[in-house]
Amino acid sequence: MPTLTINGRSMSVDAANDTPLLWAIREQLQMTGTKFGCGAGLCGACTVHVNGEAVRSCQTMVGDVAGKKITTIEGLAAKGDHPLQKAWIAEQVPQCGYCQSGQIMQAASLLAKNPNPTKEEVVAHMDGNLCRCMTYSRIQKAIMRAATEMRTASASGNERRPT
Amino acid sequence: MNRHVKNVTSETSDLSRRSFLVGTAATGLVLGYSGVPGIGEALAAPSNFEPSVWYAIAPDGLVTVTCGKADMGQHIASTMAQIVAEELGAKWSDMRVQLASNDPKFNDPVLGAQITGGSWSTMMNFDAMSRAGAAGRMALTEGAAAAMGVPASELVVRDSMIAHPKSKKQMSFADVVKSGKATKTFTPDELKAIKLKTPDQYTMIGVSVPQLDIPSKTNGTAKYGIDVKIPGMAYGAVVTPPVRFGATVKSVDDSAAKKVPGFIKAVTLDDKTQTTSGWVVAVASTYANAKKAAAALKISYDGGPNAKVSSESLYAEAKRLQALDDSGQFFVKDGDPAAAFGTAAKVLEAEYTTSINIHAPMEPMNATAEFKGDILHIYSGNQFATRSGGIAAGAAGIDPKFVVMHQMWLGGGFGRRLDADMMIPAVQAAKAIGKPVKVIYTRENDMTMDFSRPLTLQKVKAGVDGDGKLIALSHDVVSAWPTQRWGIPDFLTPSVDKKGPLDSFTVNGADFFYTVPNHYVRAIKNEMAHNATPSGQLRSVAPGWTFWAVESMIDEIAAATGKDPAQFRISLLDGAGKNDGGAQRLRNTLLAAMGLAGYGSRKLPKGEGMGVACVSSQERATASWTACVAHVAVAPSGEVTVKKLTVATDVGTQVHPDNIRAQVEGAALWGLSLAMYEKATLKDGGIEQTNFDSYTPLRMSQMPEVAIAVIANGEKATGVGEPAVTVIAPAIGNAIFNASGARVRALPITAEAVKGAMKA
Repeated sequence: MPTLTINGRSMSVDAANDTPLLWAIREQLQMTGTKFGCGAGLCGACTVHVNGEAVRSCQTMVGDVAGKKITTIEGLAAKGDHPLQKAWIAEQVPQCGYCQSGQIMQAASLLAKNPNPTKEEVVAHMDGNLCRCMTYSRIQKAIMRAATEMRTASASGNERRPT
Repeated sequence: MNRHVKNVTSETSDLSRRSFLVGTAATGLVLGYSGVPGIGEALAAPSNFEPSVWYAIAPDGLVTVTCGKADMGQHIASTMAQIVAEELGAKWSDMRVQLASNDPKFNDPVLGAQITGGSWSTMMNFDAMSRAGAAGRMALTEGAAAAMGVPASELVVRDSMIAHPKSKKQMSFADVVKSGKATKTFTPDELKAIKLKTPDQYTMIGVSVPQLDIPSKTNGTAKYGIDVKIPGMAYGAVVTPPVRFGATVKSVDDSAAKKVPGFIKAVTLDDKTQTTSGWVVAVASTYANAKKAAAALKISYDGGPNAKVSSESLYAEAKRLQALDDSGQFFVKDGDPAAAFGTAAKVLEAEYTTSINIHAPMEPMNATAEFKGDILHIYSGNQFATRSGGIAAGAAGIDPKFVVMHQMWLGGGFGRRLDADMMIPAVQAAKAIGKPVKVIYTRENDMTMDFSRPLTLQKVKAGVDGDGKLIALSHDVVSAWPTQRWGIPDFLTPSVDKKGPLDSFTVNGADFFYTVPNHYVRAIKNEMAHNATPSGQLRSVAPGWTFWAVESMIDEIAAATGKDPAQFRISLLDGAGKNDGGAQRLRNTLLAAMGLAGYGSRKLPKGEGMGVACVSSQERATASWTACVAHVAVAPSGEVTVKKLTVATDVGTQVHPDNIRAQVEGAALWGLSLAMYEKATLKDGGIEQTNFDSYTPLRMSQMPEVAIAVIANGEKATGVGEPAVTVIAPAIGNAIFNASGARVRALPITAEAVKGAMKA
């Protein structure tokens, strides 16, 4: 039985090694914030972090991530208040909301490495994540807002709301 | 409005047939209308009678609104709460929402069923929710007056507080509910007589309050159908045949599947609904195992009658039908176009087509079925609980009154979840194994078994007189008939030539607001397409193709007569006769879009152009007046870059300005995606595109600049989920013509077609 380290907790999963991580997370661990969209790595709805990198959990097998640090939308911030999540609310991004966990996880991996992305860098990083409601412009705005907040917070040492 | 809507309205919007219930229970104050028998009753009779509720106020003061509409991202639950809160006088932070079951007491007050579509929800529920809110405020105020010992007329309600300024006494809604003094009941006449606020008194309507569902959609806690977990449930993966519809299963060999750990059973569906013929469900302990088992099943099929049908044959059949004089039925028949063409100085003819298109909401179709005692519980996000509950019952072989539909947040709808096919595998698998089953379609199942937007062919013929005046237009629309497929007569429209009912959801929009004295619209059913590609309602439905033809042809006429296409439209929108009112609003909206885009005033470089279109989607009586100016650049290779879309829309009254902008932008980008990027094809009876590698909706990098102007002029609130879809393709096509001289008449638009249409 593989043991996975998810959101800082170690959990054993009743799943074969060739089970996609997506289904182990959703069914065995009952964390349903990570979504199934295409099963082929084409839409990004299932994006999680493995050792800080955004990966498509539908294309990642359980056996390949044992011992690695996995983060899902539920573990991005303890209180759901990651600057991206706050920005997603401030910009009122989600419509149906189904793709948004994946969008936020994808965006978080960008800002972790590049705190001051250009619009072109955002588009290049996010282009693999489909949003059928087409909330793309708000996603861009929210990423820029979160980036500003993160830079401001790290510069001043405390969190401030951008005005 | 379509006839069916009129009929249903006249029967069910009469408040005298309802009673308004106000009373206090241990759990709080409940307010609502009793159920009204409508078309819903025929489809899914109530399982039992309970006093109905639109909202309840708990002793802690929280107001929970029950939303009978499917929320697929249009934030309609939040909008309903906002309308209630306006009249109730509740504080926004006290408002909560929950999603209704299929109990008929939650039926739409105008439509008499639980169906979400047509961009109808706000316009058809505004009055009912306003009255429900106002009645609650009155009941609470009288209760507070009794508790405080002051006249109710001296009380002021604001932010969930009821204050008596003279004595400085006040009570919260929570205090009044706890006191048990809110006991007023309303007769239907009293309800009808409630004087609602006038727009100048609004403090909530017109304010972009935070949407109540959004926080849960940023942290993974919003529950969609696919997230449902029932103790002891199994999982089903469906195996669908290579033919879109009509194949049947000859044999199933599950010997290899039996070796998959956790495999339970392969269930061949008994298709009574003409939607899931030839489907098999592999049921297993986990979804991963169900998928493995599904892949291991060896199934042989009889391909059925549609196994050789292709996009080409559907098109050829459409051509054949259109050429026949006695095809179809008339939706519009004004004057005598045939005679007028004889006198015309100039006649133009053109054929416009659209491809098969797939909904592809991000949440693949799914449903969970559980038999518990006599009751079948279905968990699924669905847009048509009334009908889908009936279909689930049919699949189970039980009376619809024993089905409870548990509504979930919808991971996209766009019309796809009006259908109920996903109920059938879940129900029949659960029945076969005696355990709850969750069925999840793979993306491949979802795409190849979509109830698609049908392939359409339209032939438009226009006649202009010597002064360049448009005197005649005939318009044939050939398509599958998505709404006729439901088998509900109320949703069909009598033809004007009395040849029986037609599916107006194939021709809406063709009954435009231009003044054309001789005007025919003929709805022609493509039976081959209807059978081989069972079609559905794809965001905006008919106006998504009718305006492609109409608004392209209007431009072609303007070009042929040397007129500016925008000015030509304005001259046709003269408001004569039946077009009075709507035509003027559409003209004004077009002018707003032109102004915002700088149409005619901005100088554009060579190879760039602007094009206009204006539409009265969705239906004549439910129109949101919408116009677009598209700005494109066309390369010599035919490659088109959409630089900017400027959309103006007159929505009468805006409940939530920011949400309207979000919906209009999403709809406009859908219009762009359908115009440029989305195409499905049929070969050997099957849809060829199976995932997002071959069916390719718009991505972030393809997004143009979008500018939106919302016109709120105090008329009644109209819908915004769909209309902007319909105005984009013709605006882009017209812009391409102005930029390059190339006229394109087929959607989606390809560089090859543009290049081919350029003058050498």
